Amino acid sequence: MESHIAEIAQHTGGVIGLSWLMIAFPLVGAFVLLVFGRFTNRWGHLLGVAMSLASFAVAVLAFFELVGFGEEQRRRAVHLYEFIPGMVDMGLLIDPLSISFALLITGVGSLIHIYSIGYMSHDEHRRRFFAYLNLFVAAMLLLVLADNYVGLFIGWEGVGLASYLLIGFWQFKPSAAVAAKKAFVVNRVGDFGLLVGMFLIWTTFGTLAFGELQPITSENPTTLAIGLLLLLGACGKSAQLPLQSWLLDAMEGPTPVSALIHAATMVTAGVYLVVRSGAFFFPEGSGAALAVAIVGAATLLAGAIIGCAKDDIKKGLAGSTMSQIGYMMLGAGLGPAGYAFAIGHLITHGFFKADLFLGAGSVMHGMNDEVDMRKYGGLRKLMPITFATFFIGYLAIIGFPLLSGYFTKDGIIETAVHHQPILGWLAVLGAGITGFYMSRMVFMTFFGQKRWADDAHPHESPSVMTIPLMILSLGALGLGAYLVLSNRLLLFLAPAVGRPEELPAFHFTSTPGLATLALVAVGAAFAWMRYGRAEVPSVQPRGSFLTTFARRDLYGDALNESLFMRPGQWLTRLAVYFDNRGIDGIVNGLAAGIGGSSGRLRRIQTGFARTYALSILIGAALLTGALLLVGNI
Amino acid sequence: MTTHYLILSGLLFAIGAMGVLIRRNAIVVFMCVELMLNACNLAFVTFSRQVGNLEGQIIAFFVMVVAAAEVVVGLAIIVTIFRTRRSASVDDANLLKY
Amino acid sequence: MGETITFWVLAVVSVGAALGMVFNRKAVYSALMLGTVMLSLAVLYAVQDAPFLAVVQIIVYTGAIMMLFLFVLMLVGVDSSDSFVETLKGQRFWAVIAALGFVSLIALAIGNAVFADEAGLAQATAQGGYIRSIALLLFTKYVFAFEITSALLITAALGAMVLAHRERLTDRPTQKDLSRARFLGDHPSPLPGPGTYARNNAIDMPALLPDGSVAESSVNRYIARYDVEHGRMPEDPKLAAAIRHRADDDGADSDAEESNGVTK
Repeated sequence: MESHIAEIAQHTGGVIGLSWLMIAFPLVGAFVLLVFGRFTNRWGHLLGVAMSLASFAVAVLAFFELVGFGEEQRRRAVHLYEFIPGMVDMGLLIDPLSISFALLITGVGSLIHIYSIGYMSHDEHRRRFFAYLNLFVAAMLLLVLADNYVGLFIGWEGVGLASYLLIGFWQFKPSAAVAAKKAFVVNRVGDFGLLVGMFLIWTTFGTLAFGELQPITSENPTTLAIGLLLLLGACGKSAQLPLQSWLLDAMEGPTPVSALIHAATMVTAGVYLVVRSGAFFFPEGSGAALAVAIVGAATLLAGAIIGCAKDDIKKGLAGSTMSQIGYMMLGAGLGPAGYAFAIGHLITHGFFKADLFLGAGSVMHGMNDEVDMRKYGGLRKLMPITFATFFIGYLAIIGFPLLSGYFTKDGIIETAVHHQPILGWLAVLGAGITGFYMSRMVFMTFFGQKRWADDAHPHESPSVMTIPLMILSLGALGLGAYLVLSNRLLLFLAPAVGRPEELPAFHFTSTPGLATLALVAVGAAFAWMRYGRAEVPSVQPRGSFLTTFARRDLYGDALNESLFMRPGQWLTRLAVYFDNRGIDGIVNGLAAGIGGSSGRLRRIQTGFARTYALSILIGAALLTGALLLVGNI
Repeated sequence: MTTHYLILSGLLFAIGAMGVLIRRNAIVVFMCVELMLNACNLAFVTFSRQVGNLEGQIIAFFVMVVAAAEVVVGLAIIVTIFRTRRSASVDDANLLKY
Repeated sequence: MGETITFWVLAVVSVGAALGMVFNRKAVYSALMLGTVMLSLAVLYAVQDAPFLAVVQIIVYTGAIMMLFLFVLMLVGVDSSDSFVETLKGQRFWAVIAALGFVSLIALAIGNAVFADEAGLAQATAQGGYIRSIALLLFTKYVFAFEITSALLITAALGAMVLAHRERLTDRPTQKDLSRARFLGDHPSPLPGPGTYARNNAIDMPALLPDGSVAESSVNRYIARYDVEHGRMPEDPKLAAAIRHRADDDGADSDAEESNGVTK
């Protein structure tokens, strides 16, 4: 089993030689907007959009230049400068994998920038919002374009910072501030794993550059440890079990943030990390790869179950995001055969989930920022464009035949069934649940009776918001077919991630595929019975044990609390007790002892000169005696 | 004879020291200090003759000069204290204590 | 032989005078005892081939320093006799122990030491005699110390002046002020002299006022005290009571009275 990864060629000149501009544009935008502050209030959002679009333009040009090379020359390294002398040379790696990400980030990112002009038009801090968005785009591009782990890590932390700033953008809401803090803290756990993994890579292989690491064929304990540590990092960033708890709370941020960062791009960084390191630390059939697949399968089920019970439309979508990234992780744990589908699903998911989130944002925009789906209902006539685009996204995510999700998700499921049957069939089950909860969302929002409050006046959003929606829904419609049919994406990515032994052919009538379709149909029908035909109560019913279980995020927070927070509190209390009684006891006791003895000793100072004189005379006498004894005078 | 002189000197010194310790009148205490200085001078003069060197007498001379200066300042201080406290007892000036 | 006799006589005198100085309740007697010790020491210096020091001792110590002591005693109150009740616990006991211990240690050391015969100053003073030799040392080898002592003496003199000087805080009273104070006070007339209208013109007898009553303030309280201590009391009970009363006057009160008298 040999993976065919092309050698990296040094590159100068051309657009690829200027690819650092991709990062520089949004960075300059963020710098200008943050440093010049209020002076840029009037045109700041336009600058942000322009910088994002410029970055997109560079990415497109670089893509076409890259395609111009032969297949084996499509990994181009651009050396920038010596970062840490003797250790890390900072450079960019333009290869099929990174350019795919760059196109997704800048493309979807630009659309969301444009959408945000409308969505944030009433917010007085819109300029700051765009500064953070630009900062995020720059950091995310650095993450995917860097040709070494250090650059990746800097980008990794940069997107973490941007994520923190944007989740807490409305920091006057305590819930938003807490959510931002939670995301930051949970991500630190993952970052710890990534950092230690990098240390191990450096001590073991003496390099952190992707180009200098050698692909491995068999696993040894060191690479397994590195793989698991990198997986921990990926779990933190991509909200996979067991570090999933922050993503649902992250929906406190503005909706474009949820769409860009917490659906389309940043949360997929973990998938990128696994795929990028795949040849080095996650070879096909290794324990590390299996761990990735198991985490993915577990998360896709957990996310789907959580999605079923949420009445908050954004939290439902967040659960769905967890679930879909679980699919990608599952694919990434299957070796080169799964990489293409994982990346493919990542790209199509980037489109249709951004579409769904922005659609949800559009609904909220028209509903006074109401997020409870039980207060929606019957909106399809009032918001026709939003409904149409949302519905296309919905069909794409449940895997309706011939739409994007159908190709990419079924690709993952079929590969999984082929390689890891148990996990594969779990993925099929997850697809069925996806069919249920997404249908529930659509039915509760756009069908049935209107249940909204009296002061809500649902209306269609302005065109600055609907046009991005339409573009995204186009991607949701056809991108999957384009990428998967005749293995376009797989062949394109092969130089970067390796090529499976036999090329998969897409079967429209495979057993898992049909089973998936059947389960999705059952799920959708069940949802129609419960939420489409029947009346939806506008107050949340108590629900069964299972519903409560899902509503409480599968008790993830409770688990964290009992496993980490309470022992931590006990430890703290123990330390405080020890500090109060032990340390303070010693210190205070010492002080009290010295103080007490001094208090008694100071009585010697009577103030009577004659007493002092007496002690002097006694001292002189004693000295004379001592001299007599010693000196024998 | 040297031994006799020296023992007389030590005796006078000890009596002076005892007076300093026992008496409370600052002026008498001062006189006792002078007695101790004189005892020292006697020892200096005795040793001067014993070793055949004039320097002992020179030192005794300087002791007298310094004693004169000391008496002048010391008595001025006693007068000042007496003026404010109406007392020449060394035990009354005991505010500087614990 | 002569030196031995002189030594023993003066040693006894000086030790006795020193003990007397320490144990006498009255400061003036102590001062006189100290003078005795100093004179004895001066003679001992002279005996020990130190005539220059002997003269300096008499001039500086007995002449200048003792006079200064006596002046200050007058200033502070010549009648102040110390109480010999020890207020500090154990002070007297330990003082005696320490002094005895010290002197016995010194005696032990000196007694154990073996001295050669006295070298004498003959060789040291061979060139030009005694006074010249001293002058030679003082103005060559010790000239800096000598000059510094002059600075010390000047500083001491200045310091004494600064310390003893008292700022006048009020205007000097004029004759008018004095007479006004006098006529507004208790005694527009001078205090009665002793013995006026008395049956006895002794100075320790209180005067009788024209109305026949006894004028206590006409007797000096020191004299009154002397009378009480030595039992020289008049037979007249009225006069005896007045003298006793006068003797019991405490200093502070009489001081105030005296200053009143001055302003009057």
